[in-house]
Amino acid sequence: MVNLAAARERLAAVPDPEIPAVSLVELGIVRDLRATDAGLEVVLTPTYSGCPATELIADDVRAALAEFGPVTVTLQRAPAWTTDWITPTGREKLQQYGIVPPQCGSAQAISVVPRLRCPRCSGAQTEQLSRFGSTPCKSTWRCIDCGEPFEYFKPI
Amino acid sequence: MDAKLTYVLQLADTCLIHAQRLGEWCGHAPVLEEDLALSNMALDLLGQARALLTYAGQLEGAGRDEDQLAFLREERDYRNLVLVELPNAAASPSDGSGGRDFALTTLRNAAVSIWLELLYERLQASNDAELAGIAAKSLKEVRYHRQHSSDWVVRLGDGTAESQARMQTALVVLTPYFNELFAAAGVAGVGPAWGEIEADWRARWATLLAEATLTLPRDSAMQPQGHLGIHSEHMGHLLGTMQHLQRAYPGGVW
Repeated sequence: MVNLAAARERLAAVPDPEIPAVSLVELGIVRDLRATDAGLEVVLTPTYSGCPATELIADDVRAALAEFGPVTVTLQRAPAWTTDWITPTGREKLQQYGIVPPQCGSAQAISVVPRLRCPRCSGAQTEQLSRFGSTPCKSTWRCIDCGEPFEYFKPI
Repeated sequence: MDAKLTYVLQLADTCLIHAQRLGEWCGHAPVLEEDLALSNMALDLLGQARALLTYAGQLEGAGRDEDQLAFLREERDYRNLVLVELPNAAASPSDGSGGRDFALTTLRNAAVSIWLELLYERLQASNDAELAGIAAKSLKEVRYHRQHSSDWVVRLGDGTAESQARMQTALVVLTPYFNELFAAAGVAGVGPAWGEIEADWRARWATLLAEATLTLPRDSAMQPQGHLGIHSEHMGHLLGTMQHLQRAYPGGVW
């Protein structure tokens, strides 16, 4: 019998390949981990349709859990991933990493214009440079106080 | 061809070819931020196309996956809108622009993203669970595309004399192709006829153009038939670029 608790602990340590400061579990990508007759099954919900990290994430999960026996990774599209699933710890880690976590729920994603504080100097004078960034999930901002660019994890 | 498969391909191929055109801007956009934005929107659309083509392959039942459908079909098998296969510039590129017109690209992106948003909103309620799931996910993405491209349409339309003239020119060039946005038939219980979103699209388009101080051109009688596989001369050239790797190295995978 697979030690599910140990597997869960192991899975919780797998970082996101593009934002290694947070784990896949903290990002809310992992929907389920269960023991089946064929071994372990991990259910993942990809973040964005075109996220190039999706395959890598599945590989990382398989590699991390290999010691527990055969691993099946299932991708589940619905319900669609939302930033509302990022855990409080995940949000905290994003902030410390220099990426401002979503400032509103996904329902207000488009209608609310966020007023962000710079994650580096806490300056309140910030402006959005682009609604898109180095990855599909982020937008690009600049702090007018300290002059440094930073990223914002877009609510979706 | 099965009506549902056709319906899925019309949407899938429109996302795919639109992504290909947006992707041509990678490394060439006027500013870095816009380079990232155009590439990211292309990436979202490619992901949507991928999900839809995977599903189309299952519906077809011939064992073809999304790569084979994307890269190994012939021109007439593609069911995308002619609008999205048009080059990123209307005129031939002898002006040093490299064949890329940001005005035309932006305006088309706004038109298509409003259309996709309206279509995905309705497809969320499809009886087809797979299509409903893809639509619900894609909707979140195209809302950002619509917001971003609409902002640009307003900024450039209601901008300088030069930017406004270029947006108005792009509008005149593209308007005849908009008729196809409402041309495809629906499939009962699966997805609406595109004509069902025409009133909403035209209302939102008119509002956007008014805010951008652009003048809606006269209606055109042109009826492009890309959704039936009849394409413009540009499609073959686009496919030549898009397919060359898979054609040169058949079966190549990552």
